[in-house]
Amino acid sequence: MHSYLVLRVVAKLLIPFILLFALYVQFHGDFGPGGGFQAGVIFATAFILYALIYGLESANKILTRGLLRFGMALGVLLYAGVGVYNILVGGKYLEYDVMAHDPVHGQHLGIFLVELGVGITVAAVMVNVFFTFAGHLKADDLTDEDENNNSRNGGDR
Amino acid sequence: MALTVAAIARTRNLYAVVMLGSIYSLLAASIFVVLDAVDVAFTEAAVGAGISTVLALGTIALTTGREKPPTHRKLLPIIVVILTGAALIYGTLDLAQYGDPNAPIHKHVAPTYLAEAPVKTGVPNVVTAILASYRGYDTLGETTVIFTAGVGVILLLGNWRRRKRRREDDNA
Repeated sequence: MHSYLVLRVVAKLLIPFILLFALYVQFHGDFGPGGGFQAGVIFATAFILYALIYGLESANKILTRGLLRFGMALGVLLYAGVGVYNILVGGKYLEYDVMAHDPVHGQHLGIFLVELGVGITVAAVMVNVFFTFAGHLKADDLTDEDENNNSRNGGDR
Repeated sequence: MALTVAAIARTRNLYAVVMLGSIYSLLAASIFVVLDAVDVAFTEAAVGAGISTVLALGTIALTTGREKPPTHRKLLPIIVVILTGAALIYGTLDLAQYGDPNAPIHKHVAPTYLAEAPVKTGVPNVVTAILASYRGYDTLGETTVIFTAGVGVILLLGNWRRRKRRREDDNA
């Protein structure tokens, strides 16, 4: 697992661009194809690639379980919160017109925040599902005494 | 695409099936691009060909890489598949011609959306405008579904079971 030099170097080169592309898809979704859902998936892919090549532990150092679970809830709450905020400032639930002085600006802001919420939740859920699967595998390996089993499964991650 | 499907049906090695499924998704994505549905193509490529392949490989690594040989006879499934396929093809006969401007779907709410959305929301991408603004409730529901799926995976495969087992070991 530690000897795949080409993979490690290529991944290191690619990951920043994947993250950048995800952010572009997220924030340029108003103008081009894309949006929160796609951006979240692409964002998650970067971390999954990192975890595949550098191991789950090093990925977990940045994205801890607590942070991922927080992100999962944060996205949905941001989305629903926009709706509640709209009620508070005198509109209907998820009626973005009232969010700014101008309805068009309000719509733009609302769509932006809502897409951001979708992106955060999707990214956190995807990374979390993958980490949970991989962590489960690792736990099964540790209970096995068999060395062969360990090295065989190591390649999958 | 038909070749990929045939290969998926024939193959017993699940790793190969997952990779073929990924290829199928990529081909589907290119069809969506040809049909000018760029947003759908984007999602299909990212989710179908990307994430779901990785997750399916993870699932296989947790379970087994070989499909069990079928225990029942193949006649009944073939009849069911042929009947369903025939019903679906019969259903498409009633569909409007592709690109027909007089099709019901182009007459209902679509013209309003296309005319209104960029002006009212200030968002040039009509797909985004409809998804996040006109259909905001649906998208909120979808996000909640994804959240629920994540919670489900944590509850089923998270480390609850192991922690419990360890505690039992300590007590013993």
